[in-house]
Amino acid sequence: MSGDAHHAADGAAHGTLRGYLTGFGLSVVLTAIPFWLVMARPLAASHTAILIVGFAVLQILVHVVYFLHMNRRSEGGWTMIALIFTLIVVAIAMSGSTWVMYHLNTNMMPPHEMRSVP
Amino acid sequence: MTSETVTTQAAPLRFYDVEEHEHPEGGSTMLGFWIYLMSDCLIFAILFACFAVLGGNYAAGPSPRDLFDLPQVALSTAMLLFSSITFGFAMLSMQAGRRGATQGWLVVTALFGLAFLGMELREFAHLISIGATPQRSAFLSAFFTLVGTHGLHVTFGLVWIATMIAQVGRHGLIPANQRRLMCLSLFWHFLDIIWIGVFTFVYLMGMLR
Repeated sequence: MSGDAHHAADGAAHGTLRGYLTGFGLSVVLTAIPFWLVMARPLAASHTAILIVGFAVLQILVHVVYFLHMNRRSEGGWTMIALIFTLIVVAIAMSGSTWVMYHLNTNMMPPHEMRSVP
Repeated sequence: MTSETVTTQAAPLRFYDVEEHEHPEGGSTMLGFWIYLMSDCLIFAILFACFAVLGGNYAAGPSPRDLFDLPQVALSTAMLLFSSITFGFAMLSMQAGRRGATQGWLVVTALFGLAFLGMELREFAHLISIGATPQRSAFLSAFFTLVGTHGLHVTFGLVWIATMIAQVGRHGLIPANQRRLMCLSLFWHFLDIIWIGVFTFVYLMGMLR
């Protein structure tokens, strides 16, 4: 318990100019590359998709560390626990929905010859 | 030891704290606000999941490739990113105790936020004018719900920024205002994180479909 009374106003970690500028620089690069990949299309669509998701994950991490000042110590570690719990729920909701609905869609497809019926 | 036991027995039994331990004002605000953000994260997760499931159901209507203008999206992304760094500068000014600079950077942040919102509303107006309304297809319903919810968050963020500019002007950088600004900072940067998901999964992935 390091929650002293005067920590009320500054319980979270503070940013520094250097930290903000580093985060901003990294974000600009990590935003520009996926936009370029999709607009110029130097790669196949499937590779581009995997790459831009990778860049999004990286940029989210950069934002969490440099802008939200997330670390294992803030609020005695409770913010980290809340974040990990949320990420688990988000992962279950996203992967579960897409997985189940994808299979539902493929299994509920009408037979092919039905499409030609006007 | 024995005398203590005797006095405890003499006093009426209490199963609660007679003297409550100290709760400093605002001591749990940051954690509470963080947990609110996490719950907001779940709202967006569900909307993203909806979009992932319905994003391909065009109902013979327009597809992302017909509708989205990537340079425009890149520009609004830049607006939001600039507003993030200027909010960072506002927080640094707050830490340095410079009231005028804090307000100034908040104004700049709000202007970038307004630019972002204006571009989003213009895009929505354009889509609706060409008939790509939320009623047109499941893809467009999911699109308007997800992007619109983010836009609504930005709108409320702007209202909050305006409130804080007035609050700081009126009361200065008192601890309560510093705490509010730190919550607002988390909120604003969080919206930028959600936008990363939006431009990646909705706009960029949409163009790849």
